[in-house]
Amino acid sequence: MDSVTIIAVASIVTAGLTIALGSIGPALGEGRAVATALSALAQQPDAASTITRTLFVGLAMIESIAIYCFVVSMILLFANPFWNHVIAQTAGK
Amino acid sequence: MRLSPDDMIFWRHGFLKLNGTIVFTWALMLVLAAGSKLVTRKLSTDLERSPWQNLLEIVVTGIEKQIADVGLRNPQKYIGFLGTLFLFIALASLCTIIPGYEPPTGSLSTTAALALCVLVAVPFFGIEEQGLLGYLKSYTEPTLIMLPFNIISELSRTLALAVRLFGNMMSGTMIIAILLTITPFFFPIAMSALGLLTGMVQAYIFSILAGVYIAAATRGRKSKAEPKQPLTA
Repeated sequence: MDSVTIIAVASIVTAGLTIALGSIGPALGEGRAVATALSALAQQPDAASTITRTLFVGLAMIESIAIYCFVVSMILLFANPFWNHVIAQTAGK
Repeated sequence: MRLSPDDMIFWRHGFLKLNGTIVFTWALMLVLAAGSKLVTRKLSTDLERSPWQNLLEIVVTGIEKQIADVGLRNPQKYIGFLGTLFLFIALASLCTIIPGYEPPTGSLSTTAALALCVLVAVPFFGIEEQGLLGYLKSYTEPTLIMLPFNIISELSRTLALAVRLFGNMMSGTMIIAILLTITPFFFPIAMSALGLLTGMVQAYIFSILAGVYIAAATRGRKSKAEPKQPLTA
């Protein structure tokens, strides 16, 4: 295998693994956050606005971890620096 | 595939180029500035008022209430900064219903610029509120050992702000583009409706987080002396 193929294979596999493994944690975290918020809402419906606001902010914070993984996998697929480097080198030959 | 509106080039002349991000940002700035100028041209304090004035009043009082909820004492002072952030990001994601438009917040340059604004604004408001020494002292809370961690958190949260907004916006357009090739007609519409919701939530989150950071910087040690608020409030 030449280096272009190796980089392509590694990038594609890693991109898939990144988003697959990286979404497990945030999914569990968001599930727990929503479940707790629901039980809090059931116990104190008066505090609904505060709970909902805090929940939304918290969810976005948790979700941002999944978003980081997504950004990394997108960079690996579409803006891969190693790939561009190798392509530039082979083009220069 | 295009990753961001940066790659959408409208005009190029040597070193200068006009990409989608710049053009759409300018268009949004124009809409926001001209719109508010037009609406506020003839304001009335009577019961009789234009629907547009009503709309703006709802928006402004709503933002003010949210800023006050975050814990900033006088929201009037911060609404210029936080409100602008919210309106810009919200309008940027709302305009995605216009065909051919791509949100400028889907480019890392825009979101990095917005996050840098927050990075500068936090010490600015903090120093204004509690003086240079008082603000610098807030870095050594609770002990001096925490100093490097406080500085790291200042930088990492700026990065997080930028990447979070960028990732959300970019994933919205990306998912629609991918779905258009797989299931052309109906599913992309549902996803773009979801994208509108995500955009509004992200605009809210961005401005609320900026507000929280500013509140943390301006409050300082004063909050310790205050009596604790009752939990039921």
